[in-house]
Amino acid sequence: MKILVTVKRIPDPVEPPKFAGGSIDTSAVKWVQNEFDEYAIEAALRLAEVGGGTERLAEVIALTICPGDKRDHITNFLAMGADRAIVVNADDGALDAQSIAQLIAAVYRKEGCDLLISGKLSQDGESNEVAQRVAGLLGVPQATFAATVSWNRDAKTLDVAREVEDGVETKRVPLPAVLSVDLRIVLPTSVKNGVTPASHAYGDKARLASLRGITMAKRKKVDVYTPADLGVSVASTAKFRQLAAPPKRQAGKIVGSVEELVEKLATEAKVL
Amino acid sequence: MSKVLVIVETGDGKVRAHSLPGITAGAQLAQATGGELHLLVLGAAPQAAAEAIAAAGYGAKTVHVAAHAELEPFTAEAWSDVIVAAAKSIGATAIGGTATSSIRDALPRAAAVLGAPLAPEITKVIGPNVFGREIWSGRALGELVVEGAVICFTARPSEFTPAAPGGAPATIAAIAGVAPSKHGVTVISLEKTQSARPALNEAKVVVSGGRGMREGANFKVLEELTDLLGGALGASRAATDAGMVPADLQVGQTGKVVAPNLYIAVAISGAIQHLAGMKGSKVIVAINKNGEEPIFQVADYGLVAKWEEAMPKMIELVRARMAAR
Ligand SMILES: Cc1cc2nc3c(=O)[nH]c(=O)nc-3n(C[C@H](O)[C@H](O)[C@H](O)COP(=O)(O)OP(=O)(O)OC[C@H]3O[C@@H](n4cnc5c(N)ncnc54)[C@H](O)[C@@H]3O)c2cc1C
Ligand SMILES: Nc1ncnc2c1ncn2[C@@H]1O[C@H](COP(=O)(O)O)[C@@H](O)[C@H]1O
Repeated sequence: MKILVTVKRIPDPVEPPKFAGGSIDTSAVKWVQNEFDEYAIEAALRLAEVGGGTERLAEVIALTICPGDKRDHITNFLAMGADRAIVVNADDGALDAQSIAQLIAAVYRKEGCDLLISGKLSQDGESNEVAQRVAGLLGVPQATFAATVSWNRDAKTLDVAREVEDGVETKRVPLPAVLSVDLRIVLPTSVKNGVTPASHAYGDKARLASLRGITMAKRKKVDVYTPADLGVSVASTAKFRQLAAPPKRQAGKIVGSVEELVEKLATEAKVL
Repeated sequence: MSKVLVIVETGDGKVRAHSLPGITAGAQLAQATGGELHLLVLGAAPQAAAEAIAAAGYGAKTVHVAAHAELEPFTAEAWSDVIVAAAKSIGATAIGGTATSSIRDALPRAAAVLGAPLAPEITKVIGPNVFGREIWSGRALGELVVEGAVICFTARPSEFTPAAPGGAPATIAAIAGVAPSKHGVTVISLEKTQSARPALNEAKVVVSGGRGMREGANFKVLEELTDLLGGALGASRAATDAGMVPADLQVGQTGKVVAPNLYIAVAISGAIQHLAGMKGSKVIVAINKNGEEPIFQVADYGLVAKWEEAMPKMIELVRARMAAR
């Protein structure tokens, strides 16, 4: 079993964006990993490992598309426990979602993967489309917005609970497939591989890299490709212009009591 | 001639309310392109719904119907197959719908097969291929320009008024040779959150609780106020992660985006990801025991208080006011 996990770098979401000439100036930002992709790696590792032990049921490959000299984030994913990494050397900011998806699909095919796990969303661009596109390009089933996943190894299927509009849908998908993960995939009992004992306690967030993991990461294999190596010609068919901060809400008033609040809501705001 | 194709979700023989804002966005796009609005209805037996939608008109020229057993229950795989086939046979130049979980699941898949760009969660139609859109957790607003022979969009429901019946009835046409495939998937179950309350993104009033509510049972007091005001219940990620309330009540970047007349945030700190989901509300009320929290920077009315003390009192006063009317 080979699990490909896509990981994206994003500008530190704690810092508000800086604008210059109608776009976001990222020249001085601190790049960090997309949090949803940490969840994706965590989910992949929980599927792959026999909790507590050293045996592995699957190989976990982290894939990122970014300029070759801006791949620091990949080290963290290796340190968390991914087995190896692939970097596609390209200007991620200039690629559209279709190009990103074509590159991911090409790596998936080249490596003969059984499963792609991606985050549901990039925290910066918030497109929520790459995983679905990859599944479409590969013609394989998809389970997006996954809150829990359970691997039926004999049947080669995954049971995935997905957070949908007005509830939770559970979908059984045969492998090979594409999965995108939502926030709650990292809760303690969200991922089951059928082997890790139920008594093995997971935390409620993605694991931190251990010191040993950090040392090991430096020795792990990282392959670097260009889009041309993968036979993909990239494009940019969706571009922003006139990006700016939205109008700021005025902070209102602090009221002194519940009586005053209700009075103001009724007579001033007229919403009661 | 440009043709805008809007995917409409149906249930119980009629259009689902959450699809109506997507029709509005499609109609605006049809107008911006000087083209026609077309609707697509999919299902195992969608004829009755298609007829009701065609009778309501909505400014659409034709309601296209794709009937096939594989289309129910919804799967992205089978729906995407039909969206692709329909787009080709109709000659659609734009395909979209409301940004519901189903459309966000199926449409990007279809877009990839069609080689089309997608403008996700648009807030405005600016031109034939230009859309308003927020990114970076609502901290950047801009114009997204998409280029392609076919373009796709999903419309943020809080930003488009639901389409109302009107205009001439639309014609009905069947999509020929529909052969969708579920690609081997099965939907094992769909557990709907049972609620008699209005849907979060349609409600005029939303009352949300956060981590400070501590446990699910404490949401009772918020539910009481919600029902008094005829509103919907919401929550922060911290509250949904902790299992205090179901996940589909989450408001924010990763949850639902709401813009009611009145949003009441109780024991919520106001993280950017939460603000991204509610800062478009007309009036925001924050009730929090810590006056330094960022939620107060967006609130029209802030009350620094513990919910244990404030909420029962608020319910009492609101009830008295309503009784006096
Ligand atoms: C990738 C990502 C996506 C996210 N998406 C979302 C999202 O969509 N929606 C979302 O909400 N969050 C989201 N978050 C989480 C977000 O960053 C915050 O962690 C979350 O919103 C905090 O929830 P909270 O305000 O309830 O909890 P806290 O920040 O812990 O705040 C609790 C508040 O309760 C107050 N309080 C405590 N006791 C009382 C009392 N007795 N009476 C009154 N007040 C009290 C405290 O003063 C405090 O302000 C996301 C995070 C990430 C990383
Ligand atoms: N440049 C990239 N490199 C690797 N993965 C990416 C990249 N861009 C997007 N992804 C993946 O696609 C997911 C969804 O992103 P998006 O559709 O852009 O919101 C992310 O969580 C990533 O896993």
